[in-house]
Amino acid sequence: MSQLATVPKPRRNIELLLLVLALIVGITANALVNLNLGKTFDNDFYTQCVVLTVLSLAVHISLRLRAKYADPVILPVVVALNGIGLAVIHRLDITSGDTAGQRQWLWTGLAVAAAVAVIWVVKDHRILRRYTYISLALSVILLLMPLVPGLSAGDVNGATVWIKLGPFTFQPGEIAKITLAIFFAGYLSSNRDLILLAGRKIGPLQLPRVKDLAPMIVAWLASVGVLVFQHDLGTSVLFFGLFMVMIYVATSRISWIFIGLVLIAVGGFAAYQIFPHVARRIDVWVHAFDPQYIGAAGGSYQVVQGLFGMANGGLIGTGFGQGSPQTVPLANSDMIIASIGEELGLVGLFAVVCLYALLVARGFRAALGTRDAFGKLLAVGLAFAVALQCFVIIGGVTRLIPLTGLTTPFLAAGGSSLLANWIIVALILKISDAARRPINVSADSPQTPHQEVQTP
Amino acid sequence: MNQAIRNSWIVAIALFVLLFGSISYVQFFAADSLNSNPSNNRQLLATFCNNRGPILVGGHPIAESVATNSDCKYQRKYNDPYLYAGLTGFFSLSNGQYGIEAAMKEQLAGTSTDALFERISQAFTGATPQGRSVELTIDANLQKLAYSMIPDGVPGSIVVMNPKTGAILAMVSKPSYDTNLMASHDKETVAKAYDNLVGQPNTNLFGSPAFKQLYAPGSVFKLIDTAAALESGKYNKDSVLPNPAELAFPGINYTLPNYRYGQCDSQSKATFTFALENSCNTPFASIALNLGQDAITKEAEKFGFNDSSVKIPIGVETSRFPGSSGTLDQPGLAQSAIGQRDVQATPLEIAMMTAAIANGGKQMQPNLVQTVRTPDLQTVQSLTPQVLRQSTTPEVAKQITDWMVSVVDNGIASGAAVPGVKVAGKTGTAEVANNLNNAWFTGFAPADDPQVVVTIVMPNVDVVTGAQLTSPNASKLFKAVLKK
Repeated sequence: MSQLATVPKPRRNIELLLLVLALIVGITANALVNLNLGKTFDNDFYTQCVVLTVLSLAVHISLRLRAKYADPVILPVVVALNGIGLAVIHRLDITSGDTAGQRQWLWTGLAVAAAVAVIWVVKDHRILRRYTYISLALSVILLLMPLVPGLSAGDVNGATVWIKLGPFTFQPGEIAKITLAIFFAGYLSSNRDLILLAGRKIGPLQLPRVKDLAPMIVAWLASVGVLVFQHDLGTSVLFFGLFMVMIYVATSRISWIFIGLVLIAVGGFAAYQIFPHVARRIDVWVHAFDPQYIGAAGGSYQVVQGLFGMANGGLIGTGFGQGSPQTVPLANSDMIIASIGEELGLVGLFAVVCLYALLVARGFRAALGTRDAFGKLLAVGLAFAVALQCFVIIGGVTRLIPLTGLTTPFLAAGGSSLLANWIIVALILKISDAARRPINVSADSPQTPHQEVQTP
Repeated sequence: MNQAIRNSWIVAIALFVLLFGSISYVQFFAADSLNSNPSNNRQLLATFCNNRGPILVGGHPIAESVATNSDCKYQRKYNDPYLYAGLTGFFSLSNGQYGIEAAMKEQLAGTSTDALFERISQAFTGATPQGRSVELTIDANLQKLAYSMIPDGVPGSIVVMNPKTGAILAMVSKPSYDTNLMASHDKETVAKAYDNLVGQPNTNLFGSPAFKQLYAPGSVFKLIDTAAALESGKYNKDSVLPNPAELAFPGINYTLPNYRYGQCDSQSKATFTFALENSCNTPFASIALNLGQDAITKEAEKFGFNDSSVKIPIGVETSRFPGSSGTLDQPGLAQSAIGQRDVQATPLEIAMMTAAIANGGKQMQPNLVQTVRTPDLQTVQSLTPQVLRQSTTPEVAKQITDWMVSVVDNGIASGAAVPGVKVAGKTGTAEVANNLNNAWFTGFAPADDPQVVVTIVMPNVDVVTGAQLTSPNASKLFKAVLKK
């Protein structure tokens, strides 16, 4: 473990400055929507400006008090993304008469509150290592919830991944992403020596012992289970990718990647053969522009409409309210990238993807900088999960890969995704705080009286 | 461990690079092909509910966008829909766009590339986007008169045009339909109307049969045989043609009979004058057999047959004369020479052919659009007469004109005569089936200074009805245009 030299400065004022820029982005976007669609600047608009500012400042102040060495770029990036998402959802509401925007504001409030709670409650990310197996149990429960009669919201757009909580629906799989990452990080950081040293060597490949394969089997079962019982290809890919990268980082062994790829190939081929909905996804992807597939139920209408929208936007976009992103089914959730591409153009979409890349980069930076294996694994897992999720959904929308229903982090309408991603950000912030904090103040020190570091 | 983290970071970056690539591909490199994909109705959606420009006839809108209270802010409304259905066409979301509505869609929507300045100024002033107006060459009174000449329930088409400019003054067909049925914002209503209209016999939803429907032209095609004969140098105005009652072909049990209703049978030789006045078949069949198929095909193409590029600006159905040599046997060539068998023409093509003769052999580009104006009434496009092609020499045109005058003065098109005006004309009676014919008249007036071409076709009528509905109506149209 090489130690990177970090500058022992809190950088909270830089964060505040960037935060102001991010707020300007979000608020300007919202104002442009109102201007271009002929809406008056009523109380709602000003309330929203205040709410977004207060929420951002709440996180900022929490960081000042509880994680003052946290990475100063992460929070502004996330606030900008969340603000753009709110503006686009608001814009689509105006055309469709939906009220997704109000729900999204509510969820944004809840998600930020959860992030603040994590920043305050999780004093040091290493505490989470204690909950390795509880996280596993929690993951299993969360993943099974949508299949429980009475709790399940049934089949929504072909996937059984939702539960009903009073008036709200919730996707427990989003939270399971976090608990699984905690489990893998905990398990792998405790057992990496065993996994590394035991086992047979066949040719250039160091094969692990069967008992050490257990977590991989768990991951594989979780992925396949999600695919089989919940018809959710995107989440399945996400879980498996998450685990692959974490075990690779834990062991630095290419052999694990190799085993993983074999499992993916076997699972993928079997899924293509056994499950009609998987085969259908592939067919629809290959023949997307065939009018037969466009017209068919569950066909390529959605992705093709999205592509038409993005092409309509071209380089600079039509501008808010000037395109017709509402023609694309699920324009404010799964297809929000197409909506942004149409109205903000290639330029706008590049900016959004750059924000994601920046966020992921800061996550990896935290992983590199932090000193404990658990923190490294958790940060890499969470950051890579965000990257993979972006890739699966944006790649799907742009027809780089078959379209599967994953949410676009921070942008898409949907509370569970927002909640999960803000928690992820809070965790990455905490890890980055540990990474950037000067070593001599990491133990009990007068500057951080609240810091009770638990040594693992 | 950190090396593995860096490697994973490279993988993550690679994923983002792939995304940048695929976004660039969709929004830049493939954008044009996606925008023109036949399944893409984005452009349509973008302008469908806009204030599209009106289509005008004599300053009055025959199609206009009327403000509504619904989300779709403007409703297309057609005035006198039956009279103009074949020209305006319609503009629907899911059942296609046709006619001037489709051919001029960018101008009407104000999205044509040269309308950039208007779009920018509309964007700055906050005005709702408004399209340009398209004024047609149509004369409303003439259009109404022509339309009233076709009895209800009988299919038929009439084309009136100016041979010197190519401007179409009237173009009507029956049966027609109510274009407002296709203008509803409710997709299902439109789909129902569409299914219902498509099923109706002789109704052409996609444009007036005057330029979208092909008919056997019958004897009006003999004008092209005549031009071919004179141009070949093998014939002159005094040539005497064989005029047997029947034309026999060696080794085949088929004879081509002469025209039954004139005086053809009274003599076995004929001059061009006699053969045209009485529309005899066998003289023209003999010309075609003598000159060969290539010569007749070439002549037909010089008058506009086999040209798929004609736009008024709506695309015109291609009139056909069998092309490369060898495709017709001798009886086939003989039959084609008198406008039967494989020869197919739109009424507009016959009008264009006639206009070329009237205009000293110069065929003008036919056109329906007089002017295009911006919302603030600046003219951005107006009709400039263009020569489409030289169909024949002025001398040949003059000679054929003289003969066509005698067809009206002394021959079977006498019903087209107008007192005090020299009218040139030619009738056609193409046999279809069950003793029914396509009855044609095509001609122009005044013969010495042609102002107007009239072409009338009444398909599937008996001979008497056909005669009543063609030449006398042409006479009335000549009178209306020449104010006689």
